[in-house]
Amino acid sequence: MSVSLKKLLLGEQGLVVIFALAFIVVAVFVPNFLTERNMLGLLQSVVTIGIVACTMMFCLASRDFDLSVGSTVAFCGMIAVMASNATGSILLGLIAALLCGALVGLVNGVVIARFRINALITTLATMQIVRGLALISSDGRAVGINDPNFYQLALSKFLGIPAPIWVMLVLFIAFGFILNRTVFGKNTLAIGGNPEASRLAGVNVVSMRVWIFALQGFVCAIAGILLASRITSGQPNAATGLELSVISACVLGGVSLAGGRAAMAGVIVGVLIMGIAENVMNLLNIQAFYQYVVRGLILLLAVLLDNLRSGAVGRRG
Amino acid sequence: MASFLEFKNISKGYPGVQALSDISFAVEKGAVHGLMGENGAGKSTLIRILSGDQSADTGEISLDGSVQHYSSARDAFDAGVIVIHQELQLVAELTVAENLWLGRFPAKAGMIDFKKLVSDVSQKLEAIGIDVDPRIKVANLSIGQRQMVEIAKAVMLDARVIALDEPTSSLSSRESEILFALIGKLKAQGKIILYISHRLDEVFRLCDSLTVLRDGKLAAHHASLAKVTRDQVITEMVGREISNIWGWRARKIGTERLKVEKLGGRLLPNPVSFDVRSGEIFGFFGLIGAGRSEMARLLYGADHRHTGTVTIDGVAVGGNNPRHSIEAGMVLCPEDRKFDGIIQGRSIEENIAVSSRRHFSPLGILQPGKEARLADRFIEKLRIRTPSRKQDIVNLSGGNQQKVILGRWLSEQGVKVLVIDEPTRGIDVGAKAEIYNILYELAENGMAIIVISSELPEVMGISDRIAVMCQGRIAAVYDRDAFDERKILAAALPDRSAAAVA
Repeated sequence: MSVSLKKLLLGEQGLVVIFALAFIVVAVFVPNFLTERNMLGLLQSVVTIGIVACTMMFCLASRDFDLSVGSTVAFCGMIAVMASNATGSILLGLIAALLCGALVGLVNGVVIARFRINALITTLATMQIVRGLALISSDGRAVGINDPNFYQLALSKFLGIPAPIWVMLVLFIAFGFILNRTVFGKNTLAIGGNPEASRLAGVNVVSMRVWIFALQGFVCAIAGILLASRITSGQPNAATGLELSVISACVLGGVSLAGGRAAMAGVIVGVLIMGIAENVMNLLNIQAFYQYVVRGLILLLAVLLDNLRSGAVGRRG
Repeated sequence: MASFLEFKNISKGYPGVQALSDISFAVEKGAVHGLMGENGAGKSTLIRILSGDQSADTGEISLDGSVQHYSSARDAFDAGVIVIHQELQLVAELTVAENLWLGRFPAKAGMIDFKKLVSDVSQKLEAIGIDVDPRIKVANLSIGQRQMVEIAKAVMLDARVIALDEPTSSLSSRESEILFALIGKLKAQGKIILYISHRLDEVFRLCDSLTVLRDGKLAAHHASLAKVTRDQVITEMVGREISNIWGWRARKIGTERLKVEKLGGRLLPNPVSFDVRSGEIFGFFGLIGAGRSEMARLLYGADHRHTGTVTIDGVAVGGNNPRHSIEAGMVLCPEDRKFDGIIQGRSIEENIAVSSRRHFSPLGILQPGKEARLADRFIEKLRIRTPSRKQDIVNLSGGNQQKVILGRWLSEQGVKVLVIDEPTRGIDVGAKAEIYNILYELAENGMAIIVISSELPEVMGISDRIAVMCQGRIAAVYDRDAFDERKILAAALPDRSAAAVA
């Protein structure tokens, strides 16, 4: 490999370059890929992952981990539908769902940060508890939506683009801003870099971590509401395995699992790579079973690339 | 006696840096050879080449007259060269005996022969005079004992050359003494010891010969230390005269700033009381385990305070949260920069602004221009050597990292009390003098400064007053005109009758 190419691929923007190249190749060789319909479909398909990845990025950047997001998305979708049906008010249903999501996150955060229980174990537990609550509340069945206006959350369009995509874009911008341009974002990265040094430098580490988890729960609720609206019901088994896709997308996007390193642009690219891989395989009529293999391979490649990159940085130092 | 270990024209370059150029020197058999130089002088690179971790661009190493061509650390190991690093490399959850036999367990029908393991190891430990029970888990040993075990391992592996990298940096003086005795024994057995250290007194005491590196070049090679003075070595290391690296100067000392009464916590069961005046540098000296750093952490609110009050300019400071201390004007530069000080993976700019940015970030929204100017100001003011403020802090030398942490606190508003724990640990001579000067300047501007150090010359060199801690108590307090090395050390020793030995 020539030196300049190597520099480009392993540099700061390496992933973006690879993504752009892959996008061009796919656009040229895969029929029907670069159509408006397919593009919107692709974006729609990554809305849930994209939204949840925003806060997962904060979680990982502060050296934490959240496995409970899939369950929280399903649970909050159920709450939104059931509370709307029960009260007859969609607004109340949405508020209830958002509060429940934030509450799940808050519980995670308090147990992890205040009682100092390992994040992996804690969220493994809440992942099962919350999934269980979703199943119990509906007796394991899907719950239909009474008020058809609820569908409009996912169906309404602005400038020809469906609302969920707009929500995702707004969250991308908002969390990109929070990460790079606020004390909250910088403190998140500082905690990931060295939690004890951050505490001694006056960062309130415990409350920061609690906030990050609460925010994660809240954002999961947004994703859950939009998902319920799109599939026109509350499904207790929705979004299984979401946590792994979201974490994959973040890692693909260069978020370090060791904490302290994250970029919104990277995460967006990570989310899109996951989406495009799936989309292209659908367009090429590749059997769904292969998609797992391909997704896993992409993740491995991303991690190897990351390793090469930090190796290159280490040698320079 | 013929030279045994020989470096010939060793050069090594990294992109942008010539780490070593044309280094040649030789060491005799049965000698303790010192290797000194400022951080970045090339000591570590030379050791890496010796240990086979990296290969030289040009030049060769010969052992006992035969040129070595190693391509890996394993080859160096087989040739009898063993490097004992600052970070020790034992498996904590295994016993001493298991560690010493790791990789070559004596087996009987596929089962480890533990009896043989233990008896063999205790024999060998005894032979070299190391008093450690081979059945104890390494996790339960002190750092000093672990180091002994590493050295024992090197001896068991028939090492011909043992390189010790800053071996006493985390040892108490008592543990250091044991190490020095062990080094004497190894020397008598004809081993070559390469002794890498910042501590001049140790080098002069232990070493037969000395090589000084500066900027990757051979600054001096002394085949004997008989006629060499300390000032001369310092000059060779820095390339300029530093006749008195402390540079203490008299200054005006004001009224009481910090008052500490009956401060106590889990790790400091006997409450301590003291006060520090504005413009005063108050030194804390004590052996490892005397409670100095524990006191500092309690004072700053890093650990849970059980008893006591802390007041600054008459205002009480709430405990148990560093934030309260910062807001009251008290800051801490911690003992262990790597674990408690620097924020790895983040830039110098962010490391400086991490605390003070709250003063100029309305609604928590950053002002990138202000942060950049702040960082540039302190990079210039504290002379932090870096290509840019965007540099990851882990790429800086220890001295520059310490300056960044000082910058973090100097950028805070209204700091009245600075607590600095081991201000120059692992920092080279040139940067040390710079840090002392920064402290003097701050004191002259009315700050009350607490300096904690395990290096007696440093505490005596820069303090206006010294508190000596011993077993969690303040054993004595001396004014500058009453400083006396022997008295201070005597007060620091837990066993008063041992004072005569010191």
